[in-house]
Amino acid sequence: MASPDYILETDGLVKEFKGFVAVNGVSLKVARGHIHALIGPNGAGKTTCFNLLTKFLEPTRGTIRFNGHDITADKPAQIARRGVVRSFQISAVFPHLTVLENVRIALQRQLGTSFHFWRSGRTLDVLNERARELLAQVGLEAAANALTIELPYGSKRALEIATTLALEPELMLLDEPTQGMGHEDVDRVMQLIKQVSANRTILMVEHNMKVVAGISDRITVLARGAVLAEGDYEEVSANPLVIEAYMGTESAELAGAH
Amino acid sequence: MKYATPAYAVAFLLLLAAPFFVYPVLLMKVLCFALFACAFNLLLGYTGLLSFGHAAFFGAAAYVAGHALKVWELPALAGILLGAGASALLGWAFGSLAIRRQGIYFAMITLALAQMMYFFFLQAPFTGGEDGLQGVSRGSLFGLVDLEKDINLYYFVLAIAVFGFWLIHRTIHSPFGQILKAIRENEPRAISLGYDVARYKLLAFVLSAGLAGLAGATKMLVFQFAALTDAHWHMSGEVVLMTILGGMGTVFGPVVGSAVIVTLETELADKVGSLVTVIMGAIFVICVLLFRRGIVGELLALRKRT
Ligand SMILES: Nc1ncnc2c1ncn2[C@@H]1O[C@H](COP(=O)(O)OP(=O)(O)OP(=O)(O)O)[C@@H](O)[C@H]1O
Ligand SMILES: [Mg+2]
Repeated sequence: MASPDYILETDGLVKEFKGFVAVNGVSLKVARGHIHALIGPNGAGKTTCFNLLTKFLEPTRGTIRFNGHDITADKPAQIARRGVVRSFQISAVFPHLTVLENVRIALQRQLGTSFHFWRSGRTLDVLNERARELLAQVGLEAAANALTIELPYGSKRALEIATTLALEPELMLLDEPTQGMGHEDVDRVMQLIKQVSANRTILMVEHNMKVVAGISDRITVLARGAVLAEGDYEEVSANPLVIEAYMGTESAELAGAH
Repeated sequence: MKYATPAYAVAFLLLLAAPFFVYPVLLMKVLCFALFACAFNLLLGYTGLLSFGHAAFFGAAAYVAGHALKVWELPALAGILLGAGASALLGWAFGSLAIRRQGIYFAMITLALAQMMYFFFLQAPFTGGEDGLQGVSRGSLFGLVDLEKDINLYYFVLAIAVFGFWLIHRTIHSPFGQILKAIRENEPRAISLGYDVARYKLLAFVLSAGLAGLAGATKMLVFQFAALTDAHWHMSGEVVLMTILGGMGTVFGPVVGSAVIVTLETELADKVGSLVTVIMGAIFVICVLLFRRGIVGELLALRKRT
């Protein structure tokens, strides 16, 4: 039986791509209420892990449990409906919908009219207020009626978070939420993640060590598909194995955040 | 958007007056193909699925409606609705088999299934084989309006077409249409928000098939016969051509595309014979090379720029 302290547990998760092992026996435990960071060098298998957890990829072996239920056989949309909602490494928005409509897509499912092709689109207007609240939360209220494709990159990422939040997920998976952002945006998104973590659990892949050090409760380091180390920031950053894995690539970054 | 309502009103008035200036049978043919292309566009333009088997729905409805009118002696409207319903059902069967495939594989499966239907129509006892179902009488509408008169039939066909366009327009702008847009824009994101995209695509496919059937059954009523050409893969290709030529993903594009193609075919048929196929092919190539957005798509883009 799963311990109730853990919202998400994986056991011996493996993903092979035609002989190449991208994820190699990962057993991950994410404690409820934590901001849990998944870090590791490029190509370590972090995104692949996310794809397995949300069933965008079928695991070769291993099991996934969410709230004690085995969800290994679930379909991706089903997992989302259970309350595990992910973002993507490359910003995932609906570019030719307005900013408000983007958030409304996420809110729409709760109305139960998503198959109603005979209904007027104006019946969705009841969601506008909630959508604007969510946009306000990420500082995008003023852009509500803009076409999403015209937003700057940082705003698109913020919109993605607002859309994900619309589902009020119990567990949010964020794949590099600050990637490609300038300093100010990084700080804003970091505060935002901290703020929305209040009554949920967050698992995030993040390269920016300042963010990792700043807000994560626990860190798992992945290298070549396997778990290399786990602990809080002090433990992990002092671990010689971790320093070696980052050697030459991001060691400076890792040290610099101290 | 601002000009949409007056534009619809003007178009509708023109269509009401049209049979006094243009041969009604040609107009009805254009309306049927316009509806067919719009139904197809619901799938290609608004869902991003390229079906290469839509002739099966067009043809199946023509046969079912023809049989219902000729053998069962049902009234015209009932026959047409039965035909459209049969195509929707067929669409559900096709869709269930094909919908999880992407891109070219989806097109190939729909083509293969449509070819199977073609051979079924060739062999089945009730379709009249090579000769088709001929001499179907148009009957009347509720025993009141004599549909044998072309002008009466024209307004009946216009009503059906307007209903079809309305339904498509409604679908595009409905809560369901909103999800279709999301799926077309970013399918993985739609999945990650909890939408079973296959079920949404399937419903779009069924609607498209049913409306294609509505067009096919109505065309059968106009020409009073159902034939193998309605279910032939040429017909599947033609609807792709009409939609792309007019502008896929635009509301009026398929209407313009089908008007151009049907008029050209009718005008050229006596003059150039089988060369017409070559001309259609050339139009398609020019369209793909020079104006990809199609006639209406290019016009809209032009207006946006100025
Ligand atoms: N669909 C696939 N087919 C084959 N190999 C893949 C596939 N997806 C990922 N890989 C490989 O698996 C390894 C892990 O990739 P993954 O994207 O999970 O890394 P990552 O840790 O997210 O890296 P990054 O920090 O660059 O985002 C890489 O070597 C990648 O090339
Ligand atoms: Mg990655």
